[in-house]
Amino acid sequence: MIITLFIPCFVDAVYPQAGISMVQILERLGHTVVYPEETACCGQPAFNSGYWDEARPVAIKVLEQLKNAEAVVIGSGSCGAMVKKFYPELFANTPQAELAKQIAERTWEFSDFLVSQLGVTALGANFPHKVTFHDGCHGLRELGIKKSPRTLLANVRGLELVEMSEAETCCGFGGTFAAKFPMISTAMGEVKCASAAETGAEYIVSNDSSCLMHLQGLLSRQGKPIKTIHLAEVLNHR
Amino acid sequence: MSTFATQFLKQARVMAGDLRHRRTIRTALGNYEIARDKGQASFQNWQSARQLASETKWEAINHLDKYLEQFVSKIEARGTKVHWASTGEQAREIILQIVRDKQSRSIIKSKAMTAEEIHLNAALEQAGLNVVENDLGEFIVQLRHETPYHIVFPSMHLTRGEISELFQRELGSAPTNDPEELTMIARRVLRKKFLTADIGITGANFAIAETGMVSITENEGNARLTAALPKTMITLIGIEKVLPKLADLALFLPMLATMGTGQALTCYNTMYGGPRQPGESDGPEEWHVVLLDNHRTELLADAEQRDALHCIRCGACLNVCPIFRNVGGHTYGTTYSGPIGSVVTPHLRGLQDWKHLSNASTLCGACTETCPVKIDLHHHLLQNRRNAAKGKPVFFERLAYKLFGFVANRPALWVLAKKLGRCGQPLQNLVKGTALDPARAWTQTRDLPPLAGESFKDWWRKRK
Amino acid sequence: MSERENIFGRIREALKAQAPLPGLHAHASTQTTASAPRQWLPKVSGSFDEQLALFTKNAAGLKADFQLFNSAEEMRQAIIRLRDAAGWRRVAGHSGDLTNAICPVLNLPLLRTDKAYDVHELEACDAGISECDALIAQTGSVLVTNRSAGGRALSVLPPHHVVLARREQLVADLPAAFELLQRKYADNYPSMMSFITGPSRTGDIERILVLGAHGPKRLTIFLLAE
Repeated sequence: MIITLFIPCFVDAVYPQAGISMVQILERLGHTVVYPEETACCGQPAFNSGYWDEARPVAIKVLEQLKNAEAVVIGSGSCGAMVKKFYPELFANTPQAELAKQIAERTWEFSDFLVSQLGVTALGANFPHKVTFHDGCHGLRELGIKKSPRTLLANVRGLELVEMSEAETCCGFGGTFAAKFPMISTAMGEVKCASAAETGAEYIVSNDSSCLMHLQGLLSRQGKPIKTIHLAEVLNHR
Repeated sequence: MSTFATQFLKQARVMAGDLRHRRTIRTALGNYEIARDKGQASFQNWQSARQLASETKWEAINHLDKYLEQFVSKIEARGTKVHWASTGEQAREIILQIVRDKQSRSIIKSKAMTAEEIHLNAALEQAGLNVVENDLGEFIVQLRHETPYHIVFPSMHLTRGEISELFQRELGSAPTNDPEELTMIARRVLRKKFLTADIGITGANFAIAETGMVSITENEGNARLTAALPKTMITLIGIEKVLPKLADLALFLPMLATMGTGQALTCYNTMYGGPRQPGESDGPEEWHVVLLDNHRTELLADAEQRDALHCIRCGACLNVCPIFRNVGGHTYGTTYSGPIGSVVTPHLRGLQDWKHLSNASTLCGACTETCPVKIDLHHHLLQNRRNAAKGKPVFFERLAYKLFGFVANRPALWVLAKKLGRCGQPLQNLVKGTALDPARAWTQTRDLPPLAGESFKDWWRKRK
Repeated sequence: MSERENIFGRIREALKAQAPLPGLHAHASTQTTASAPRQWLPKVSGSFDEQLALFTKNAAGLKADFQLFNSAEEMRQAIIRLRDAAGWRRVAGHSGDLTNAICPVLNLPLLRTDKAYDVHELEACDAGISECDALIAQTGSVLVTNRSAGGRALSVLPPHHVVLARREQLVADLPAAFELLQRKYADNYPSMMSFITGPSRTGDIERILVLGAHGPKRLTIFLLAE
């Protein structure tokens, strides 16, 4: 299968290892990975702030780049939700409405794609650590992703998954929210980190790098030992 | 930024650092969560119940003229006097007039968020009238000269010690930290008021069109007494509280109880169909029902957000909202807090002044997930943001997004931006956290991750 | 134009725009359309014994006293025991088949609330004894109206509310209770109808349950099973 990979802006600039892991996993499964090099951002920051006119040009670029894709895989719950759920809204009553709808139908978040579209649950990965999983809100509530990451993690050799009491609670990143309301963002992050620490896990795993960036920022500043890692990197670990 | 927004930010900063407050709220909500989940599980299918409730309110609100007409004609037929208030001010005037006509000397009042919304107590007090709240939580915050902290638990933020001190100070009661003894103190004080009040003011949870009744839900019995003892009863109710049929309550009362307090059913759920009827031995001689619009018809006209009028005021969205749980109800600075408050306040009090509440959210969606009537809460917050940006775009923010879009759509510029970022990071590290740091909002409490030496695009290009 | 007309005018104007259909935005929604509450509310079994067991369990959880009697005589004995244990000196009540059969045995001053009465006299009563319209197994509730239970205040002002009920008054669930109300009162409803679910309570102080906030601290339900 030819899989078109959409790489979120912060994965490109800050966490390329997550994107690289996705490429390696998909190629190992025998698929051809295509990366539209001109894509940079899904347009969510402007969209979430209500500046839909400013979000559209960025999103149109993405639509053009994904136009001929057979299947689009996005390694982030929030960008995945943007393309799959919100592009149809953003482009309602515009010339791109139909294209947005079609692309939305062919787009999946990474873990959801592996399990529901490829029927793959075991990747031969090895990660002998105790981990806990953070459900990024967009992935969880906009895309309904809950089981697939856990199914995949269950088949990682040596990995022990412990659920935190606040697994489904928002980490407090929220995009521009983290900068506009930093004190609330921090308080929410602290609640999340405390819940993760309670599990005794060595790693917080998530399918959303932006959440991990926020949590890692707090953990590093506070000198806490628990580490953060993207789901794809765990699944690619041998 | 509006003064309300400035005030919100200031208060949020204080509250977000208040660990004691955070603990109090967590503890207060802990048992509720267990009970609520157990209650949902006892339904044969909670999701289907939500869908049915959603459809029932949809029917009521999208045919509001028909059901309101039916409600009024039925209730008037049994002697109730119905009044119509387009604005909060009109509602206050109507109630003040009734109170003056009766030459009232003592008013008791059961819990009514609509009365908070129109600042009724302040108006009555200004007119020299004595009004006493008789719901325990409302009684407590009234003594503290505070507004309710939460739409269902007005005194959720207070410890028993604080309540004890309050009672000692305001009621001259003996010191005690026992919740039962404190409740009995309030019961004794309020008993006298119940027995001597000449006017009882209530709110209502639902207005039943089919039979012309209002339904009032409570645990304490204070509303039942308010509706039984005084000679004149006044009920203030928003026009959106309409339900088509009496039997709809069979669904709504348990759902309200489950989500509101984690109970299978609240202690007293009472339907009132009129003042004292011929042959009845007690009850008010006169009953006035004041129907309040106060911008509800404007929200009705916003078809995209119309379902916000389906709200049954259970408070469940407040309880799950991580923002509410961290900053608390008072920080919102307005009657309705939490997600529903953030959605409707721009409609009640002005979008540009109150858009900050819609901004103060990560759009996590926990509210929408929990709402028993399936209001699309978090998407409404996004819609408020869109409407606010359209109506009055913030110059620098809009410019920033335009610039970002310009750069993102030009690969060469994107690469350049990353290069500049990587060069700039060591400089930023020098001023990290100080007033000179452009990323101060982040770096005050968090470390910034380093930009990758080799980006994904670099790696991809290399391997080709 | 009256305010009424203003408001209706705005409503009709507003409703010209179509709103999205109910609850369909959520990706995991269930399309149930037009089903009855009974399908989704907690299930209640059909037999009297099962419903009785459920009511008993719920009443206990609510801290309401519930007792079943096989004869009116047993109920009379029980109410005398209750009077003595609680130390009642005056009670209030109303005329009804069951109350008339049971209450005289108390031999106490009885204030009648089914005709005009002085509220201060009611306040001085230790207990209010009433009949009811139904007992609801699903929730452990008592359904009263001001017509069946001696007015609005009898069942809420005195600190102890005693309810006398008959076997056939036990219904399964809330939908059944509403069906009962509709059958019994059709177009002439009492002006007050109330579902009472346990003694009065509050959680307003640190969410700690306290009974007897303003309404009765004690709720006793006697069911005559004969």
